[in-house]
Amino acid sequence: MNPDSTVQRVGIVCPYSWDVPGGVRSHVADLAATLIERGYLVSVLAPTDEPEFLPDFVADGGAPIAVPYNGSIARLSFGIKATRRVRQWIREGNFDVVHIHEPVAPSLSLLACWAGQGPMVATWHSSSDRSRILSAGYYIAQTAMEKIRGRIAVSEQARKTLVEHLGGDAVLIPNGVRVSDFRDQETVSVAGSQSILFLGRIDEPRKGLDVLIGAAPAIIREFPDLKFLIAGPGDSDSFRERIPEELQNNFEFLGSVSDEDKRRVLAHCEVYIAPHTGGESFGIVLAEAMAAGTPVLASNLPAFDRVLQGGSSGMLFTNGDCDDLALKCNDLLANAEMRKELVARASERVLDFDWSTVVDDVVAVYEAVHMPGEKVTEDFRGQVVGRFAGRVVKEEAL
Amino acid sequence: MTTGLLTVLLVVICLLLFFVLFMSMTAGRLDRLHRRIDVAELALDAQLLRRSGIALELAACGLLDPATSVVLSESAHAARRSSDLSVAERDRVESDLTAALNAALGPDDYAEVLSEQGGPELLAELSAAIKRVELSRRFLNDAVRACTQLRRQRSVRWFHLAGRTPWPVFREMSDHVDLGPR
Repeated sequence: MNPDSTVQRVGIVCPYSWDVPGGVRSHVADLAATLIERGYLVSVLAPTDEPEFLPDFVADGGAPIAVPYNGSIARLSFGIKATRRVRQWIREGNFDVVHIHEPVAPSLSLLACWAGQGPMVATWHSSSDRSRILSAGYYIAQTAMEKIRGRIAVSEQARKTLVEHLGGDAVLIPNGVRVSDFRDQETVSVAGSQSILFLGRIDEPRKGLDVLIGAAPAIIREFPDLKFLIAGPGDSDSFRERIPEELQNNFEFLGSVSDEDKRRVLAHCEVYIAPHTGGESFGIVLAEAMAAGTPVLASNLPAFDRVLQGGSSGMLFTNGDCDDLALKCNDLLANAEMRKELVARASERVLDFDWSTVVDDVVAVYEAVHMPGEKVTEDFRGQVVGRFAGRVVKEEAL
Repeated sequence: MTTGLLTVLLVVICLLLFFVLFMSMTAGRLDRLHRRIDVAELALDAQLLRRSGIALELAACGLLDPATSVVLSESAHAARRSSDLSVAERDRVESDLTAALNAALGPDDYAEVLSEQGGPELLAELSAAIKRVELSRRFLNDAVRACTQLRRQRSVRWFHLAGRTPWPVFREMSDHVDLGPR
């Protein structure tokens, strides 16, 4: 159908261990699954400790090593063995396009930037403190990034870090949601009472938990049995201190939840509240709530306003305004008909964020950087380490 | 005394080696960037050609009113004949085509074409082509930026590492078409 669709074989590099759940890893898994549904031949290269449990489309990138990176312990794969593995994967994969995630992560990603040449695309994921790594490894990052023909950022924030530290530009392609994963969840039962949900770090002011706490008394006055479910990482004790004495029983702190539990809780609660006061570039959680069929009440940040189409597929309240939040929340809780309407429109809207839509943009990037007949090949020039690893492989082959 | 001399010599040789290695790596980077620009230019030209081709098809298919068709086919033809022109001229002609597309496919016309036989397919192809033009141009300019940044470095200028390769140029054109509602 598309005469330019010369891309058939796609190689994807995931820098973090396949065995550990995480944002980048699930992004890669969703992308790969969607591409495969579209008929592409996909091979993912990722570090793993348990190669025997890998799905068919994931190639063993070697055992990861746990190292402190980016403020936490990351399980990465590097060294001469990993370099060899990456080269072998590139050589045998015969890829039309190689898509590298987090290209400056000192793992298979950076090695793939080094070892490959040709149509290569990279996706930058948002991260807490990228600047330190970038300034330390500026030369390396710059050299590696020069080979990347197409840059993608998953959020405005990620795009900003990229532009500020390396210059240039990136195409914004947001994270997708696998809508079907969120549909028809069995719900957790919490004592039959109505509940509203907050998701996000409780100690991060921009997630806006304080706005919700400020609005709580006025909501509880109307709905005394209402439960506030608070799910997200953070310290439970310091959280309790912030809640007024008489409301302690209305708040339930769930701690950090797995992806699966998140889906269940979303499907269970009456309203999902996103009181974020800033810093949100997309708000994937909104899309997830919409996919789960939960009515959304969100602050009117530009990003949320856009996702909710100015309030038609979810309700908006004035950012930071506790009274307005309470007012809107009470409206929503009292009116089942209104909730139903919002959910109906949201289920349609969320399809715009479904992976099957998002993947079109990714494929457009692949096709924009790929010339007919081109392949990703090994690059032996310019890098001392690369040369060395290449030679080792050749000697082994003899 | 001789050992002192030997040490100095050794240090000088080491520095020289390091310098040569650095220069060779920089030359390698530069070469790679120039090739990346070449490929990106080819890609952009291919996408532009595809875009003007679909614009012609749209003008010829009879889904638009005659006046719009004439305007659109006029600028699409101009874009297709532009291969001999200078880069700046070519960018201007392509911007004209963008303007013509924007004018031809306002919300009402878009809805009209969409409801006709064969319209949805044509519009889908057109929007895909437009998206790819935008992407290709962005990626090309990105490569140009990286290349100029490197070529401005003293080591590159003083030692003429870029040889006679012409200075890369940014492609400045308006390529954004608002298709339909939203």
